[in-house]
This record gives sequence, C-alpha cells and structure tokens, in this order.
Amino acid sequence: MPKKVVSGNYAAAYAAKHARVEVVAAYPITPQTSIIEKIAEFIANGEANIQYVPVESEHSAMAACIGASAAGARAFTATSAQGLALMHEMLHWASGARLPIVMVDVNRAMAPPWSVWDDQTDSLAQRDTGWMQFYAENNQEVYDGVLMAFKVAEHRKVNLPVMIIESAFILSHTYDIVDMPPQEEIDEFLPPREPLYTLTDFDNPIAVGALATPADYYEFRYKIEKAMEEARKVIKEVGKEFGERFGRDYSQMIELYKTEDAEFVFMGMGSLMGTVKEAVDLLRKEGYKVGAAKVRWFRPFPKEELYELAKNVDGIAVLDRNFSFGQEGILFNEAKGVLYNTDAKPIMKNYIVGLGGRDFTVNDIRAIAKNMKEIIEKGKLDREIEWYHLKR
Amino acid sequence: MIEIRFHGRGGQGAVTAANILAEAAFIEGKYVQAFPFFGVERRGAPVTAFTRIDDKPIRIKTQIYEPDIVVVLDPSLLETVDVTAGLKEGGIVIVNTEKSKDEVLAKLKKKPAKLALVDATTIALEVLGLPITNTSILGAVAKATGIVKIESVETAIKETFSGELGEKNARAAREAFEKTAVYEL
Repeated sequence: MPKKVVSGNYAAAYAAKHARVEVVAAYPITPQTSIIEKIAEFIANGEANIQYVPVESEHSAMAACIGASAAGARAFTATSAQGLALMHEMLHWASGARLPIVMVDVNRAMAPPWSVWDDQTDSLAQRDTGWMQFYAENNQEVYDGVLMAFKVAEHRKVNLPVMIIESAFILSHTYDIVDMPPQEEIDEFLPPREPLYTLTDFDNPIAVGALATPADYYEFRYKIEKAMEEARKVIKEVGKEFGERFGRDYSQMIELYKTEDAEFVFMGMGSLMGTVKEAVDLLRKEGYKVGAAKVRWFRPFPKEELYELAKNVDGIAVLDRNFSFGQEGILFNEAKGVLYNTDAKPIMKNYIVGLGGRDFTVNDIRAIAKNMKEIIEKGKLDREIEWYHLKR
Repeated sequence: MIEIRFHGRGGQGAVTAANILAEAAFIEGKYVQAFPFFGVERRGAPVTAFTRIDDKPIRIKTQIYEPDIVVVLDPSLLETVDVTAGLKEGGIVIVNTEKSKDEVLAKLKKKPAKLALVDATTIALEVLGLPITNTSILGAVAKATGIVKIESVETAIKETFSGELGEKNARAAREAFEKTAVYEL
C-alpha cells in the first residue's frame, strides 16, 4: 500500500479527496488552513472534482455545507477554535436536519489570550450540538478517521454529522508516515452517498428546517438520541470492516493498551495518548502495572467500554487537555457520570494537562504515575483535580 | 531512536530541512517524524525544527529536549542561541560556517563528540543563487552522521522540489557532502 510522509493536515486533505467529497466550503484559520489549501491545490491540479465554495466566515462555511448536504452531496469542511465557535449555531442546524457532513477540527486553544496551540476545549464546547466526535492520536488516525466518518455519518440508521479532531501543530504540522490505500479499495469501502431524502428530488419534495410545535419537537430530539445509540453499533461495525480491509482495526471506541493486568490506567483523548503509550512501556520496566485507555469516540460516549475497563482497575488517571470552568476536566466529568450508577468504583483523579499547547512529556506521565500509585496505596485521593503544570 | 534538532532563522528553511531528512530516512525504510517548534515563525527570527528517526513506529508527541544531533543553518546563531542545550553525550554538532574548528568550538557551551563544518552559504549562493542553506546542510548531515545516505537525501530533495529546482538543490547537497570537514573530538 502506498505510504506518504505527510502532516496531519495533509492527511486530512488526502482523506477528503480519497473519500470523493463533492463540496468543500471553508474559511482559513491557523492551524487548519493547510487542509483547505491542499484541497484547493488538488482542485487546481485537476486531481479532484470538488466544488469549492469560498465563504466570508465559518458560519457561512457550515451553512454552505448544510445546503450541499441537503441537496445530496458529500460535504466537507475544516476549522479551529474561534472558527468552530462562530459555527456553533450552524452545527445544531446540521445535526437537527440529520445531515452527514464531516468536518475536521484542529484543536486550538480559545482566546483570549490569543493562542494557536493545542487544547481540546474548542471541540468539547460543542459537545451538545448532536455531532459525533472522534479524537485522532496520530496522522494515520486523522486519515482513517475521515474515511470512516463518512461511512458512519451516511449510514441510514445514523444520518448525523461527524467531527474528526486533531491536535494543533502536534499533528496538524507534524510530518509522519501515513498509509493510504489504493483509490479503488477506498471506493469499495466508501461507495457514493445514497441520501434518503434530497432537496433536489423534485418528484418527492421535502421541507428542511420547518417549524415543530411542542407536539412534535420532543420526538425529533428523541430520534437524534436513537441515531446516536445506533451510531455506537455502526461505529464498531465500520471500524471492524476498516480493519479487515486495510489492516487497522477501529472496532473499539476506547483503545486499550496493556490494561489486562493494570492496577491503574491513564485515560485521555488525542495526540497526548501516543506519548502516554510510550510512557506506559517505560513505567512497566520500572515496575508499575499501568495501562492506557484512549477514548477515540467522545460522542457517542463509549459507556459500556468504560464500565468494562473501570470494573477491572483500582484507579483511573484522567488526563484532560481541556477544562469546564466552575467544574472540572470534561472527560473526567463524563467518565465519573457514566460510572455513578454502576458497581465499578475505581479511584479517579483528574489531571489538567497541556492547556494551550503546554508540552506534556514522558517525565510528566511518570510523575503522575507515582502520585496515582500513592493514592491507590492509601485508598484515598489527595485532591480530585490537579492543575498539573501550574507554576508554583 | 535518533533525535535531531535544527537551528535556523525564519526563511532559511529549517522546517523544510527537517521534513526532507525525514523523507530521506523514510526512503531507507525507517519510521520518521518531523515537526517545527510549535511557534509563530517570523522571517529572520531564530527557529527550531526537529526530526525523529527510528526502526519502530514513533508514538511520542513531545518536543525534543535531548537531541543526538544538532544542525545549525545560520552561523550567527552561535552568538545568541545555546545550540548545544541538552545535547546528549556522544552528540554530533553540524554547523554552516566559514570559520575554523577552534573558532566554532569556542562558541559552543558543550563540547560534542563530533563536529562537522561546511560553508553551506557559499555553496547555496553558487549553486542556487540564494543564501538558503537547508538543502546543502543536509549533505553535511549525511556525511557527518551516516543516518541517511547522500543518495536518499538527493531523492528526497527532488521529491520535495520538482524540476530544475530539485536538481539544483540536490546538487547543493552533494557538493556540501563532499566539502564537509568532520572532526572527531
């Protein structure tokens, strides 16, 4: 299979091209811009037949994707941080209209103060918009994620949009090896979209974005939740099929690494989990029985997988590169909530790490392991939330 | 795993050098990773870029703090930047300079195990007509370290720049490879 050394952003652009997207509408923002520049280059070189819609804002970018998707096209866009925030209203429109749009969000810290570096709060702040969310650990997962996203989103039982999320610079501008299957194999995996309804099917006209009175709105919401529940199954099926076809299995919504005999595990999302796996290998040589649990899909949330993991470990160190002010790290908050009504009660501690691109290293993970081991031995938390890097 | 840090100035192509070195190692079947210091670069300001090369997949996603090899694209950086910061024992330093071994060593805070010098600016001016040293310095990297063959560097350069530009840059790398002086210390 052809392999290329590409940045995370180029991996996303290649995946959009290989998924044969038909419409791209986007607005530039650091560190996303090189995704849409690369797509524009594909179009200019005649390598891809894509309608590119230049727009004046991210709000319009998503609006154009919504129009294209409602007309039956496979639509794609990309953004970051403030751009994603500006799209917020339209994100609801996309999911509410049940449109399988795929977007790459390059995680970037929200301003002020200005920052262009990695932070998950931008995407997690869109948690309740009805979009599925997949967090990529490396450039390969960015590429694979985009291809799988269309298949999941367009599944007849799902029809919801997907956000593929990659880290600013740590993935977006880092060159790494990406295995890209031949186009004909991708076409077999991802055939053209077959929409259930389109605005352009004039023999069967539909209304999109109509009014729903209190007599109906409630059921519309329920149906989105049922689609999210279906999506859990579809994600696993598609992830399994992807593995069978291309050798990289994504059937698990939480990827487990050396957790079988682990006393405690590090749990987190995205690129920082690559460094965590490296640290787990080193810590095991130093006598720690540790593992890693990488949450790939944050929406729909992998409740069952988390329970299965949690009932077999003494502790979970949740690493959040994000924060919900007035509460705690967002993954930590979700994970605790899932386990409350179960018999799985590991000690859980929240480490706030890497906000705004602060480097999170193997030595940091070693220090956290030491702290977790002490907590588990004492059977008691020292504190529930730790701002790990804080300058003292 | 071999970790390489490039020091340059914005516009000299340190980031491209890191990427081309990764591409060259990839051609030889290695696993690679290349990335800029995650900053907001400006033309003329000191910049750093990094390459990791390994025989197995590279999972680590942090910056490089203890490089095995340091490559300096701009001689003036020796005056202002501690280019040997964190350099591992047995480390290699490669400098674009017209100065002598002793003059360069006097500027380094830490003595490397091996020092390689090449006047990459003159080579770049002669071959490319521009003082952009990123491709010529890679010839010196191939010579001084042996982590990649010069032929792989040439191929990677031609993949990065098409046509005559690629040919010229490959020639700059080859010339630097031949003119690099390597000192075991």
